[in-house]
Amino acid sequence: MDLTFTESETAFRDELREWLAANPPGHEPTRDAESYAWRRDWQRRLHEGGWAGVHWPREYGGRGATLMETAIFFEELGHARAPLPANALGLLLGGPTLMTWGTDAQKERYLPPILSADEIWCQGFSEPEAGSDLAALKTRAVKDGDEWVVTGQKVWTSGAQYSKWCMLVARTDAEAAKHKGLTYFLLDMEQDAVQVRPLVQITGEAEFNELFIEEARIPDDNVVGGVGNGWKVALTTLMNERAGLAQFLQVRLRQLLDDLFDEAAANGALDDPRIADKLADLHIRTEVLRLMAWRGLTAIQRYGQPGPEGSLTKWLWSETNQMLTQVAADVIGPRALTAGEPWAYELLRARGNSIEGGTTEILKNIVAERVLSLPRLR
Amino acid sequence: MNFDLSDDQQQIKRTAHELLASRMPMERVRAAAEEGRDDTDLFRELVELGWPGIAVAEEHGGQGLGVVELAALLEELGYACAPTPFLGTVLAALAIEHAGSSEQRERWLPALASGESTGALGVLRDGVAELVPDAPGAAVLVLADVDAGTATLVEPSAVPLEETRSIDPTRRYGRVEPGADAGEPLEGDVAGALDRAAVAVAAELVGISQRALDMTIAYIKDRKQFGVPVGAFQAVQHKAAQMLRDTESARSATYFAAWAADADPDRLAMAAAMAKAVASDAGRAVTGEAIQLHGGIGFTWEADVHWLFKRAQLDAPLLGGGATHRARVARLAAEARAAKV
Repeated sequence: MDLTFTESETAFRDELREWLAANPPGHEPTRDAESYAWRRDWQRRLHEGGWAGVHWPREYGGRGATLMETAIFFEELGHARAPLPANALGLLLGGPTLMTWGTDAQKERYLPPILSADEIWCQGFSEPEAGSDLAALKTRAVKDGDEWVVTGQKVWTSGAQYSKWCMLVARTDAEAAKHKGLTYFLLDMEQDAVQVRPLVQITGEAEFNELFIEEARIPDDNVVGGVGNGWKVALTTLMNERAGLAQFLQVRLRQLLDDLFDEAAANGALDDPRIADKLADLHIRTEVLRLMAWRGLTAIQRYGQPGPEGSLTKWLWSETNQMLTQVAADVIGPRALTAGEPWAYELLRARGNSIEGGTTEILKNIVAERVLSLPRLR
Repeated sequence: MNFDLSDDQQQIKRTAHELLASRMPMERVRAAAEEGRDDTDLFRELVELGWPGIAVAEEHGGQGLGVVELAALLEELGYACAPTPFLGTVLAALAIEHAGSSEQRERWLPALASGESTGALGVLRDGVAELVPDAPGAAVLVLADVDAGTATLVEPSAVPLEETRSIDPTRRYGRVEPGADAGEPLEGDVAGALDRAAVAVAAELVGISQRALDMTIAYIKDRKQFGVPVGAFQAVQHKAAQMLRDTESARSATYFAAWAADADPDRLAMAAAMAKAVASDAGRAVTGEAIQLHGGIGFTWEADVHWLFKRAQLDAPLLGGGATHRARVARLAAEARAAKV
């Protein structure tokens, strides 16, 4: 057991810190298109510095960082209060999925503009009637010559209004069993057959969108991983979704908690033992999350797959972030409930945490079935 | 960065697990508990293997390993719910090693490390130490006043000590009322010693939780109602998932603290407080849910989950429970924050 960084990990961290100090991310504009443009610019700066595809292999233009270095990258990004790059979905999900399943031509065509943020990616998985039960999706793709004609509806598509490419899973064989008749496509968003409608969420902003797809065209070359293989390819994307972000989210939690400790110390709330108990509980949860994330990485390094703690981090993070923003309302008082205030935003936004990227209930099912090997009822 | 036991540490843990699995089936825990005695045969075997001295320096007859190795053994002993005076002995040894004078160390550590003598560590409140684990039969007692940050070394022959029956019959407990001038003070790093002791208790709680979880999973896979194993019901599955999360949280915090004790003592105070807070709460919650998920049978004397629940109930407040250690965490976190700002 050695919870210190190796020499090369330390060197990696120091180089990154130096770069971040010389290239401070600055302050994010209030949340809207401006903020998006700013995050796109941030990614371009990362790219120029060689930090955009940190976990991508060098042959694809990445930095070839190890798992630990990638975790360090996200931790340091968090410490610098930098945002995720604008094309996070392309970097974290789309790129790695193509590296696993894409043809050489696809890799050559699509990977470079993901890194440079010239082409933004979004994820078209969920549908109004296919959320947790993803394989129930209904969007259809029908072969027409060397093209596919796609019709259907997608939902919770973040960044769709800025995206060039959508990772789309559609049903290509209505006769096949539920998980077998799916295919993974890259859909060009720049066509009239794809309509993007912002979905206003409880914060009042529109991070997500609905996609209405009416006979959109996808060339056959844009099938990823073969026709009928969409479920497997989509799982690759989803696995990457849960693996990459733990460190970043953990650091983000730590920053909010540091801010909350400062607020509580300044206004005397920390002297109330009930508040102190809650803040300590949050501190411990946040540290446990950090430790579990490192343990998960160690397990992947050692055994090639995450240990039981890997499935637990997202559940623990979302619950803790919700608790934190709720305690903030007690510590800070009216300001935390005033529209437009950052703490008020965090309070509302946190409610989505236990739903997006796998609901807590589904995560518990996964823990029960795959980690504890409990039987399935259905 | 490698948050995993080394090969040697895993070997120690695996060996302990296998030995205890073969020597200490629940029937033997039950036999000792129902007669209110330790399993002296088992303890003799542990002594022959040198376990009590695992974290004692070699110059004092120990193996010279660290708190991580000790935690690995305690986790397995907790898992087995082993009725031996091991915990008290190693807690006393940790306290004497880290807070004692060289004379005190030379006097007591060889005997504790070799298992020739057993020891115990108790917490004084208003001049009395209640429910001191493994005090009966101990040759040396360390009595700590946590708030004052002081500890005293006393010999049981010199102070009133009576055996008390707690709700946990898998371990023997004592009540000590030493009187004002009894014993000699430990003048070294008492706080550091108590932190290490808290980590040791947390490690036992991790093992207790893991055993309660494993027994529960086995039971709910087997027990059928409505024609299916009850473990197929989501209401049951989600409780089991929570038990896993609690156990793994406690394990992460505990091994981090054990590592800090050995390798980064500046972080020990915070790490130990976090570990004991999480492990105390996890031990209570997980063993309680184990009874619940066993259903009616879980509430009977005949089922074995109650031994784990009872042990966890006594370990949880030992050297401070969740609320006590969270108060420390809040203070330490606020201080660290103030130092940064």
